[in-house]
Amino acid sequence: MNATANLKPRVEMRSIGKSFPGVRALSSVDFTLYPGEVHALLGENGAGKSTLIKILTGALSRDAGEIRLDGKPVSFNSTGEAQAHGISTVYQEVNLIPAMSVTKNLALGPSRGALGVISWGKARKRARGKLSRLKLNIDTEQPVGSFSVAVQQLVAIAHALDDDTSVLVLDEPTASLDAQETATLFGIVSDLKARGMAIVFITHFLDQVYEISDRISVLRNGNLVATHMASEISRQDLISEMIGRELGEVEATLAHKAETGPGKQKLVARDLGRKRTLKPFDLTLHAGEVVGLAGLLGSGRTEMTKLIFGAIRSDSGEIRVDGQDMSGATPRRSLASGIAFCPEDRKAEGLVGDLSIRENIMLSMQAKRGWLRQLPRRDQEKIAAEMIRALGIATPDAEKPVRQLSGGNQQKVVLARALASNPGILLLDEPTRGIDVGAHAEIITLIRKLCNDGMALLVASSELDEIVAASDRVAVLRDREKVGEIDGADINRDNIIRMIAGDDGGQH
Amino acid sequence: MPGRLKALAQSRAVWPLLALALILIVAGSVSPNFFEIRIVEGRLFGNLIDILYRAVPTALVALGMAVVIGTRGIDLSVGSIIAIVGAVIVWRIKMGDPHITILFSALAAGILCGMWNGFLVSALKIQPIIATLILMVAGRGIGMLINQLYGGTDPSFESALLQWMSTGSIWLIPTRLILAAGIFLALWLLIRRTALGLFIESVGGNAAASNLAGVKAGLIIFVAYVLSGLLSAWAGVIMTADTHTSDPVSVALYIELDAILAVVIGGGSLAGGRIYLGMTVIGALVIQALTTATLISGLPPEYNLIIKALVVLSVLFLQSANARRAIGSLVLRRSP
Amino acid sequence: MSKKYLPLAATVAVFLALFLVGGSMYRNFLSTLVLGNILADNAFIIIAAIGATFVILSGGIDLSIGSMIGFVGVCMAVLDSMGWHPLATAAVMICFGILYGALQGFIIDYCDIQPFIVTLAGLFLLRGLCFMVTLESVPIRHDFVDLYASAKLPLPGRGVLRSSALVMLAALAVAIFIAHFTRFGNNVYAIGGDKESARLMGVNVRRTTVGIYAIGGFYSALAGVVYALYTSSGYPLAGSTLELSAIAAVVLGGTLLTGGVGMVAGTLFGGMILGLISTLIIFHGSLNSAWIMISSGVLLFAFIVLHRFLVSSFDLRGTS
Repeated sequence: MNATANLKPRVEMRSIGKSFPGVRALSSVDFTLYPGEVHALLGENGAGKSTLIKILTGALSRDAGEIRLDGKPVSFNSTGEAQAHGISTVYQEVNLIPAMSVTKNLALGPSRGALGVISWGKARKRARGKLSRLKLNIDTEQPVGSFSVAVQQLVAIAHALDDDTSVLVLDEPTASLDAQETATLFGIVSDLKARGMAIVFITHFLDQVYEISDRISVLRNGNLVATHMASEISRQDLISEMIGRELGEVEATLAHKAETGPGKQKLVARDLGRKRTLKPFDLTLHAGEVVGLAGLLGSGRTEMTKLIFGAIRSDSGEIRVDGQDMSGATPRRSLASGIAFCPEDRKAEGLVGDLSIRENIMLSMQAKRGWLRQLPRRDQEKIAAEMIRALGIATPDAEKPVRQLSGGNQQKVVLARALASNPGILLLDEPTRGIDVGAHAEIITLIRKLCNDGMALLVASSELDEIVAASDRVAVLRDREKVGEIDGADINRDNIIRMIAGDDGGQH
Repeated sequence: MPGRLKALAQSRAVWPLLALALILIVAGSVSPNFFEIRIVEGRLFGNLIDILYRAVPTALVALGMAVVIGTRGIDLSVGSIIAIVGAVIVWRIKMGDPHITILFSALAAGILCGMWNGFLVSALKIQPIIATLILMVAGRGIGMLINQLYGGTDPSFESALLQWMSTGSIWLIPTRLILAAGIFLALWLLIRRTALGLFIESVGGNAAASNLAGVKAGLIIFVAYVLSGLLSAWAGVIMTADTHTSDPVSVALYIELDAILAVVIGGGSLAGGRIYLGMTVIGALVIQALTTATLISGLPPEYNLIIKALVVLSVLFLQSANARRAIGSLVLRRSP
Repeated sequence: MSKKYLPLAATVAVFLALFLVGGSMYRNFLSTLVLGNILADNAFIIIAAIGATFVILSGGIDLSIGSMIGFVGVCMAVLDSMGWHPLATAAVMICFGILYGALQGFIIDYCDIQPFIVTLAGLFLLRGLCFMVTLESVPIRHDFVDLYASAKLPLPGRGVLRSSALVMLAALAVAIFIAHFTRFGNNVYAIGGDKESARLMGVNVRRTTVGIYAIGGFYSALAGVVYALYTSSGYPLAGSTLELSAIAAVVLGGTLLTGGVGMVAGTLFGGMILGLISTLIIFHGSLNSAWIMISSGVLLFAFIVLHRFLVSSFDLRGTS
């Protein structure tokens, strides 16, 4: 499938730039699509994939660059406009109305005469027709939410496919499908490809990328790393491009790793797991040791940290902290026994936007003390000031609402809150997410310092170099399962990548 | 100077105070003796005192509403709670209870109602507007039932304690104002001198993050509704004392709307978060001042409702960035 | 049976059960006479509730219903005293209702203000306008009123369907048609089910929202017309707290207050349940409105808890 050389591109995106307050989402990204090809778009969270696609489909406006459709410059102000030009999207979160029947869902769309009468007989026939083209034969009168996610995906695709659709964007379509369902989906994708449709395929399953794609583009931190023909790049090089090289400075901290062995056991998890979330795993954290958690997006890094913290309830196994049984712990109890947690999604789970910086920093400490014993204001201000200084949070004033800070500083506030509660064990999920690259080294150094002071740390990250620089031991995850650990001197990028990729080629 | 002016304009306290001042000035210009204060029968009298006096029940309910709204909830049942409390008061009086017991029974009734609401919202996880709707619908009926069972055919009463609360005074100042000030102080201490206020604002702002930070969101929400019930009970005590009777059908009709309005005028957002106790009281004063000013100015009292409606919308427009932008783009024909 | 019909089935079941209970307690209860009376007496509530159903289906709420009823009534009375024919005033008021509702819908979507607050302002505004028109009850004396009162359609048995009931049934038929047989109706359910998904699927949320509240306004005004003709007067306090009864009728009719699930036909039964309860109590002779309120509250509670545990099973992501 390499006839693309002689075809004119259907979509050309050139030098696309986009910024949000405090963060540069895309810098000068190029992306082209040819008719009849499947073009995979890869990258970790925050790499810019969603932003790029949203710009293409009209959900976001771009700050810089241009888009051409069949050679003509276009500018979409809404998803409706993009749809009218033949660009359809099927999102990762299936966007259907769960309580409504399949027929009714397929009847929804940009209104051609909103008050128009619907003949349900005709609508049913049209629905069945659309579905049969995707080889789906179901009772279209059932609510769409009653079907499996695989079927919902296909219904969503049927909805997205109009007679004049020329570009189809599939955003993580196989995230909830099993092997059989994925095969069916790929059959349909091949059909559409043969009919000349241009398809963008966003995924983090590398096997599938190689199975179905013609070309691959990799985004990282808002930049386009490279575009390759699928046949011309190896798995390991691909992974390397996705999560590899950042700053040389980071490697300098390698030298500061403590020579002394790890201290006593602080936390022991045995067979800890939860159905459909994470297969039961064993993990031990020692004082004065940093355990890195490596794996691709979707491998279960966040779920592991949350299970340990008690934010997700486990249904198997046990966990002991300083010898005490902590099974069934809540975040409150975990905090009380000295575990602190910094979530990955600081907006949804980390910060309370309207509260001040000081209040956000103080929250866990105060929760530990209970509602009655308020921490005196003066002490609060002192601790907040200390944290602001220690972490270098750029703000003239601790009383500002935290949502006014830039992304990187917000991340530091999340960290500050965890540190303020004086934990013996610290769980960090993507601690350098959204912090500008120059400050990453700061965080790594801080992690090492805390470690040397006797804390036990678990750091989940998609930044491989930082894991290598910071960790004394690395646990590797693949597809919701812990597949192994790498210790001490064996910690380096290649070994980790090899374990993630899996020597046996890995079944997804 | 312009920087300071801008900061002032953006400070939440400005708008409610400005509104209050505006209303008082307009009233004063229409009625020459508006600001006069006299001493009659050992008590202060005058329009200003009157505004404070009449605003007390609404202000108390609004304080409870502010706490609940802070958790991103709402309490539509406050009027019905007042109806129930009134009936309970008459019942205990007819049973011959001592004064203090009567008071405690009334407050206990309010707390029970609050616990019911809190249970529905935090344990059964029912949406607040729906959950409190149930008590709103059934509450007045419960009050009527209590009246029928225990109040006899005549649910009116004489009670020295309540009389004193209603019309009495301590050193020239009406009792209820001192009572209200005391309650406000107690609430303020509870919210600001313990961590409760922080937890409420945190839960309302982001319940998920609060849980992860170790705050027990469910418990906090429960407590908020109990507080609302308690404060409504206090308002019920005063309103019942005013009328010397229990009238579950029409007592405190629409008070929940006035209370919500007071909270919103005071700067609170229905989406939860910051609580402004002081400004909520100012909001209640604004509403009462509106009513009094309308009366004084000779306008028919019905105009009061229309003015209230306009106030609601104006406050919202001023507070909503979206609305400001919308008006701005409409007026200036800028592309949004 | 599909899960989403469960609330409606529960409603019909409760209605039949109550009707049978009445029949077992009182002679002459199980008759079309009683049924016809319930429909006529509660026609205006049901009409208002039908409009509220559209609003609630889309995930919103309308607190201005009762005030609209009052306002329409007083306007009709005053215009009647000026010699207008009631049908003419009805037409004018219904147009007003549609425009007013559309304005509310526009403000809600364009300015992104919660429906609760916007319609709350409407409640105050319209009620205030009521009092500005008149402070006391004003009779409607036109001959048409007698015509309206005497018109009836006989039912098998001794019952009759009076004009109010006929208007209500016609309005219901129109509503059922709009809700279940038009694109617009489909869009309403979509927005109530998941507004963002609906938007992403191409539904014009703004236009639909304006339409939804316009329909709400239409039905509120129609309810006001019916009420005014039924009582042959305009009373400025008419409809006070009626929005509450309307919402109760909608919930009892099987519509989820969170939106997206429910049927307009259910509201008919929900309203009739409310009517049945007061009829039962009247038959009982004690005319104790306390029990009406308490039993409404209990029923509401039961339905809401039922709905709560159904909602979680509609969650798409719950399948994994």
